[in-house]
Amino acid sequence: MALEKITQTSGRGVYVPGDDLDTDRVIPARFMKCITFDGLGEFAFFDARAAAKAEGQTHPLDDARFTGASILFSGSNFGCGSSREHAPQSLYRFGIRAVIAESFAEIFFGNSITLGMPCAVMSGQDIRALAQIIESDPEALITLDLLEGKLSIADMDFPATLPPHAQEALVTGKWDAIADLLEGIDDVRACASKLPYMAA
Amino acid sequence: MDSIQRTIMSQTLLDKVWAAHAVRTLPNGSTQLLIGTHLIHEVTSPQAFGMLKDLGLKVLYPSRTFATVDHIVPTDERQEPFSDNLADAMIKALRKNCDDHGIKFFDLPSGQQGIVHIVGPEQGITQPGTTIACGDSHTSTHGAFGAIAFGIGTSQVRDVLATQTMAIRKPKVRRINVNGKLSPGVYAKDVILHIIRNLGVNGGLGYAYEYGGTTFDAFTQEERMTVCNMSIEGGARVGYVNPDNTTFEYLRGRNYAPKGADWDAAVARWKSTASDPDAVYDDVVTYDAADISPTVTWGINPGQAIFINENVPLASDVPEKDRATAEEAYAHMQLTAGKPIKGTKVQVAFLGSCTNGRLSDLQEVARYIKGRKVSSSVKAIVVPGSQSVASLAESMGLAEIYREAGFEWRGAGCSMCLGMNPDKLVGDQLCASSSNRNFKGRQGSPTGRTVLMSPLMVAAAAITGEISDAREIFDIK
Repeated sequence: MALEKITQTSGRGVYVPGDDLDTDRVIPARFMKCITFDGLGEFAFFDARAAAKAEGQTHPLDDARFTGASILFSGSNFGCGSSREHAPQSLYRFGIRAVIAESFAEIFFGNSITLGMPCAVMSGQDIRALAQIIESDPEALITLDLLEGKLSIADMDFPATLPPHAQEALVTGKWDAIADLLEGIDDVRACASKLPYMAA
Repeated sequence: MDSIQRTIMSQTLLDKVWAAHAVRTLPNGSTQLLIGTHLIHEVTSPQAFGMLKDLGLKVLYPSRTFATVDHIVPTDERQEPFSDNLADAMIKALRKNCDDHGIKFFDLPSGQQGIVHIVGPEQGITQPGTTIACGDSHTSTHGAFGAIAFGIGTSQVRDVLATQTMAIRKPKVRRINVNGKLSPGVYAKDVILHIIRNLGVNGGLGYAYEYGGTTFDAFTQEERMTVCNMSIEGGARVGYVNPDNTTFEYLRGRNYAPKGADWDAAVARWKSTASDPDAVYDDVVTYDAADISPTVTWGINPGQAIFINENVPLASDVPEKDRATAEEAYAHMQLTAGKPIKGTKVQVAFLGSCTNGRLSDLQEVARYIKGRKVSSSVKAIVVPGSQSVASLAESMGLAEIYREAGFEWRGAGCSMCLGMNPDKLVGDQLCASSSNRNFKGRQGSPTGRTVLMSPLMVAAAAITGEISDAREIFDIK
């Protein structure tokens, strides 16, 4: 199962401020009543976007200046809470191809990598600086370079990193683990045979 | 003692379980970890079965996979077809997938259906020294038995179905000691809210939490489950308690527990999986049980918690990095910084969930509400965590006590914990809730407000119509 080697991703940015943006916020539970992931894109940050509209404001994901942006910036502990893969699925189907945050909740991070959507960590200071650049120039092209561990915009570079195992998985095209896992089936059976509760 | 022996003698439970289940190291350095027990439900599994089909794969160990239906199940009108077509399609999809692959399904008519994290333990499927995965973040609950239990995404559900393994990095271990006796009116729920308040909602990133100390030694198995359940709310994907006689006695005689000679062998094995006395931890924190009071959340994440007699914190009193979230919380919760939370009006009271929907939760509250009435301004519902919990509670007369007090007695399911079934908040209703998450919109209304607390505190709020100190309402000294 040859997968694309994801060494970099480029696009315009959109900044969704806030810390601890949980996966209920990314996709409210009522939109998980489905048996496929198709069509989840429109539900990304659904309630937050509706709330902004109700208050006469515009959520960044609805702001025409950022339409088509594919790199999402946010705060710390992004994607905390529920393990729902529907969350990264909805972002991906909305058009997001990389998420940049100060830190990520573990399950969201793993789910995203498995979709081939890099989640890179940048300092809060750098993210806020980036947010200002995006605000003043929404058309600015941003490149996340996974090999170099940096994010570039205009003539500036910022450190943007992933843990080595995730970086390796993406750049070698092994971000979906299923092929590797299937190769180990004989070892799986051997390991299981030593565990009494697996035999029972 | 030579160094090898010392290493062997100073392992944590996590070290031992990991070593027994590590199949091999993958090229990127992750472990291919055997998952001995796979629990599935209707929300996060259908796509995984779809992926399996697309790849032409089968379920490798159907006998180690167990299913139930919980998130979308109505708790009142339970006959099929459900009025919600989407919910009906989901239960039918799960039923078909279980039939097609030979998976045991604790289905609605079985009398054994319930929230997956309540069904696993009560059936005796959850056992010490095992690995467990489920497409639900509260899978950490099962750690109460000394299992290493992970919440996983749907692609990983596919991985576990197809290979009975998943790719994962070994976490660090933080030992969390709580010592001493809890004051009357203070419960396991208060302990975990206190821990999360102190360590933060992301304090557990990269860690498994090992809970111990004399408070945990004295806890029942169900109290341990309440604490382990919310590990993920502190950022720790895994939480566990070392197995002991309390664990073994809970499991004895349950449907899937070993029997006869197998039982004795299993207990010996289980004992050996506990952390060694000189186990080395990556971090250790210690709390005194006597310092913990009934705790309630005031904000939009479970770390935003205070004792019932404290005031909602001022923005200037929270760390600078948390201030923006605090401001967002005041606005959403319609609470005023610096003012008491006690006395805040409540419209809904929810007693249930995988955190606090077990028999002991229902028994404890029933002891106090006899002869009391739910406030006319409050809609109060009790949702047993499983059909087994419901029937036991009914046979003990608890349902009658709740009904007489003005609670609605419902059928088993996730109910109002997450707004995927008809039980939802309406508008900006405030819910006193025994569940685990107070995220914006969590209980089904985008403007709905959730205050997390122990079951008895929920009952106090239901009776007074406002957030109250249960110790005062029920004269607990």
